[in-house]
Amino acid sequence: MSYIQLAYSDLILPALLVVMNGALSLALHLKLERQLALASMRMVIQLVLVGYVLTFLFAVVSPFWTALAAFIMVLFASREIVARQKRRLEGLWTYGLGAGCTLLAAGTVTTFSLLSQLRPEPWYHPRYALPLLGMILGNTMTGVSLGLDVLVNGVVRERAAVESCLALGGTRYQALLPVIRDALRSGFMPTINGMAAIGLVSLPGMMTGQILAGVEPVDAVKYQLLIMFLIAGGTGLGTLAAVIGGGRLLTDHRHRLRLDRIASEKLP
Amino acid sequence: MLTVSALKRLHIVVSFELADGECIALQGPSGVGKSLLLRAIADLDPNEGSVELDGVSRETMSAPVWRRQVTYVAAEPGWWADTVQEHFTDWDLATPLVDQLGLPASCGTWPIRRLSTGEKQRLGLVRALLLHSRVLLLDEPTSALDAASTASVEALVAARVSAGTSVLWSTHNSGQARRVGSRLFMMASGGHLEEHSL
Repeated sequence: MSYIQLAYSDLILPALLVVMNGALSLALHLKLERQLALASMRMVIQLVLVGYVLTFLFAVVSPFWTALAAFIMVLFASREIVARQKRRLEGLWTYGLGAGCTLLAAGTVTTFSLLSQLRPEPWYHPRYALPLLGMILGNTMTGVSLGLDVLVNGVVRERAAVESCLALGGTRYQALLPVIRDALRSGFMPTINGMAAIGLVSLPGMMTGQILAGVEPVDAVKYQLLIMFLIAGGTGLGTLAAVIGGGRLLTDHRHRLRLDRIASEKLP
Repeated sequence: MLTVSALKRLHIVVSFELADGECIALQGPSGVGKSLLLRAIADLDPNEGSVELDGVSRETMSAPVWRRQVTYVAAEPGWWADTVQEHFTDWDLATPLVDQLGLPASCGTWPIRRLSTGEKQRLGLVRALLLHSRVLLLDEPTSALDAASTASVEALVAARVSAGTSVLWSTHNSGQARRVGSRLFMMASGGHLEEHSL
């Protein structure tokens, strides 16, 4: 297996393409240049750092360091989930629900694939565990944040319908069901669209990376299929847990709608 | 008998009794808390105090069971499906009531987006009446209706009251309060109730 190695100096020319986008933003008054510069800087620093961190983790192959890295990834994912919410739940639940569901789903699916399919030695080997977790986490995070966003906004928008159902003796699950369905559909949709378009419209990054690194395309495809199945499972599990959990938090044991638990809807 | 004792929700603190087959009219300025009171009795918002039906506390039963006996009807009822009849477990049972309120039986297939505010208000009332609740908490149920439709709603509810249903009817219309109520409660800005003669 051989691949063409890149030096940092090889990246200067491609980076000019981002500079070109900045110039375009300035010329067209898009006001995106600052955001673009910050995002580019973050990307470079984060990726370079992660390169060194992974090199260290692959060298030590320690369950403690691997678990710590996974935990930090989940923390950042939960922060990202909250940042994507138009309306947020109050208090610790703001972070707890997204983080808990993402950890549950991505952790379960990653562990499942490590123990049942890939079986590296040891099973928690960071070379396999962390890239897998990262890919599943990224997609689960998208599903969870979309599902929660649609749920919370839907409950606020459909408040009259939900409360009418409750007033007529419906349970909180009966009353929330139409909103829960919408939220689950939204959470699942990016994964379904991604699966439908893959191979025709886009070649996924991981598969492209493996091919560039010298892996036979047919073998790279097998890995990609495994990843896609795991992503579908993780996204489904995470979105379901987040939306059902969110539904419980937005109601109480007396089957009352509790919009006061949304930070922006709280009465003064 | 509905017994409300020291029921507290935000600034509202009230105690009263509502006998079987009695209709109490509830009046007061906008924003004073009439809807909050009705919603608190139905246990739709967090509240404190005691509410009992025939001496049985609502806490001894699940909230859905309580609300099927003590039913709140909002001034602007909400709708969760696309057509009218999808909101009824048996549309055939609804058609006689729908007819009494001046709507055609065919309105079951109407899309919700086609309904006027007044049609929604009447259909929302029909939906609640089909539960045959012991107590109805009506929140301005005729605020969007013309005189004829208002009269048909009042007649329909009066028939239920004669049959033993208890009603707490919030209204801004003093004439309606006199027509429908056997007692009149005025809610003052402090959130307490004063009984006035009709």
